[in-house]
Amino acid sequence: MGEDRRRFLKLAGLTALCAAGKGSLARLAGAETTAAGGAAKQVRWAMVVDPRKCLEKEGCTACIDACNHAHNVPSFDNPKHEVKWIWKEPFADAFPDQDARYVDPALTAKPALVFCNHCDNPPCVRVCPTQATWKRGDGVVMMDWHRCIGCRYCMAACPYGSRSFNWEDPRPHIKDLNPDFPTRTKGVVEKCTFCDERLDKGQPPACVAACPEKAMIFGDLNDPDSEVRRLLRSRFALRRRASLGTQPEVFYLV
Amino acid sequence: MLEKALVGSRGYWRWLLVLGAVMVLGGIAYLRQFAFGLGVTGLSRDVTWGLYIAQFTFLVGVAASAVMVVLPYYLHDFKTFGKLTILGEFLAISAVTMCMLFIFVDMGQPTRVLNVMLYPTPHSLMFWDMVSLMGYLVLNTVISHVTLAAERNAVAPPRWIKPIIILSIPWAVSIHTVTAFLYSGLAARPFWMTAILAPRFLASAFSAGPALLILFCLVLRRITRFDAGREPIQRLAIIVTYAMLINVFFVLMELFTALYSNIPEDAEHFKFLYVGLAGNSTLVPWMWTSAALSVAALVLLVNPKTRHNETTLAAACVAVFVGLWIEKGLGLIIAGFEPSVLGKVTVYTPTLPEVLISLGIYAFGLALITLFFKIALSVRGQVAA
Amino acid sequence: MRDRGLILTGLTIFLALLLAPVWQAALRGSARKPEPKIVTKAKQCVEPTAEMRRNHMQLLNTWRDTVVRRDQRTYLAADGKTVTMSLSGTCMSCHPNKKEFCDACHNYLAVNPYCWECHIEPKEKS
Repeated sequence: MGEDRRRFLKLAGLTALCAAGKGSLARLAGAETTAAGGAAKQVRWAMVVDPRKCLEKEGCTACIDACNHAHNVPSFDNPKHEVKWIWKEPFADAFPDQDARYVDPALTAKPALVFCNHCDNPPCVRVCPTQATWKRGDGVVMMDWHRCIGCRYCMAACPYGSRSFNWEDPRPHIKDLNPDFPTRTKGVVEKCTFCDERLDKGQPPACVAACPEKAMIFGDLNDPDSEVRRLLRSRFALRRRASLGTQPEVFYLV
Repeated sequence: MLEKALVGSRGYWRWLLVLGAVMVLGGIAYLRQFAFGLGVTGLSRDVTWGLYIAQFTFLVGVAASAVMVVLPYYLHDFKTFGKLTILGEFLAISAVTMCMLFIFVDMGQPTRVLNVMLYPTPHSLMFWDMVSLMGYLVLNTVISHVTLAAERNAVAPPRWIKPIIILSIPWAVSIHTVTAFLYSGLAARPFWMTAILAPRFLASAFSAGPALLILFCLVLRRITRFDAGREPIQRLAIIVTYAMLINVFFVLMELFTALYSNIPEDAEHFKFLYVGLAGNSTLVPWMWTSAALSVAALVLLVNPKTRHNETTLAAACVAVFVGLWIEKGLGLIIAGFEPSVLGKVTVYTPTLPEVLISLGIYAFGLALITLFFKIALSVRGQVAA
Repeated sequence: MRDRGLILTGLTIFLALLLAPVWQAALRGSARKPEPKIVTKAKQCVEPTAEMRRNHMQLLNTWRDTVVRRDQRTYLAADGKTVTMSLSGTCMSCHPNKKEFCDACHNYLAVNPYCWECHIEPKEKS
């Protein structure tokens, strides 16, 4: 009997300790990250890319150009200092775990459009020491360029190479300055934000709006009647390096 | 006690002057980096961490290695290391300070670095690394100050310091474990995502650190009246030998797993290191030098004759230190990014400013060690011969 | 305290240098005051002028965090007005003269807010 009571007390103590620890940890960690206003909306933004439609006009870069202009993405001559939000990547490099050697080359010879996957389980958010990057309630993985200290831990953690660092002041390298969007300063990390500034105005991301072939489809995964859900129901889709458990929310139709 | 560092021989001042000059050069290079951005380094979008973070990683090991003299002395009452513990703790303080400086110069926005404390983020390992490094610095500062003050006053150290010293032992293990976790928790980087990374870090630390301590003892014997004695050096040599054997064993295990399983994303990083990948073989000569130095060191260390001879022992210690510096201070970090997550191999060569800044920090660390050793030896009346 | 004389002399020189702006202003009679030039369409800023003058930096910090981190872009002022929280969109539409408005005080006080390292200032004629 005495033994049982001791075990009970130990367990109770341990449970209380865990609960207290969890509470204080949550206060430490979650104070700002959970405050996002997305909870009420219950939206989960996602992108579906249809590579069969993309690039039907050879050399089309409409989405990339639209993004670069909308966000003042600089272009550097030095490839080491490159900043990229959305770009084309050879199929084999974008999907290293897909061995597609006998697949119709019409599909795999084309480069894939790649950008931030806005993972549901983003490793960049997990490692950021200042919460300068975090996942919003609507699933957008955001960046706070005011808070980023430029440690580049997120770049080491991102399995998609979606993040770029400002190795030098980007201002002089922006060809056509868009006054409605800030540039970045040297020493911070940047990436695609699903055009959070346009989403707030009810507009789709700039790349989606710019695509002449409607090869990029943006929508709400939580709405079973949305176009993205309809497409994903009817066609098989790839996600980049899905085995890593990051739950990327950008889908590539096969 | 600090005033003891303000008087010294001509050689002492000349040495500090040389270190000061290197620090000034590093400082000038840093001003340039501060003004232009990290673009003055050889880093790139694909290779985002390089010399700085690698030096940080290597020096965390040197810092942790103080535990190899503290643990036998305080936990096992191994009196032989009595004279050495203070040197180990001073080495730890200098190494941790250099670690923090290397992290600092790697920041893209150094003026915002306190955001790490302003917005504490327990799910980030970098937060915990900061906590453990800061804690280790405080522990060793308190311990070395209190024990040295007691020694100067010829009294026994206060009783309350003992639990703090005991605490510093697991803490030393923690700093290098947490540093390994920075890397080994990243699914994106298979080269680092290995459970053996933390044990490997500890093994390499416990050989490189004590090897450095042996070298310091040998140098101090020549230029001061401090003689660590033959026995402590030989005991340290045995620690270096075992740790180095374990380290080489761990590296071979990594190589076997990656190369025999032949999973491309695991094997490619090792190929980059030892044979070159996609026409890039910048690190190959370095890595083979490191391998050769490790083998040579082991031959000299395992053989009792050469281990007992202090000249060959010194050579072995240099080989251990340089070999591990290449392995950890160059290969380990850079190879994590080669190839990149998108399969690219981008050449990374540290630039002149980058090297100068690193040298400046090393000079700062050496100056700290010099001052600390000077204070400790002055207290003991063992300064110059 | 053998060095008392030396230490006191040193301290005096140090303090004299440190307080140079104060005694210089005192000698000249009055300190030069910055006059930010307000050219604006509206009668009043989002909050009363005195309040803005004193606390605009806190307000801007709150705006910044609310827009970026809390995904809300509309500000409810004390008098019930609502405005879009945007430095270059809202503030600068009333105060397009950054040099005479922002810089006048900031230069005087030698503060260097990093806003304009990223946010794009309105084009000015001069």
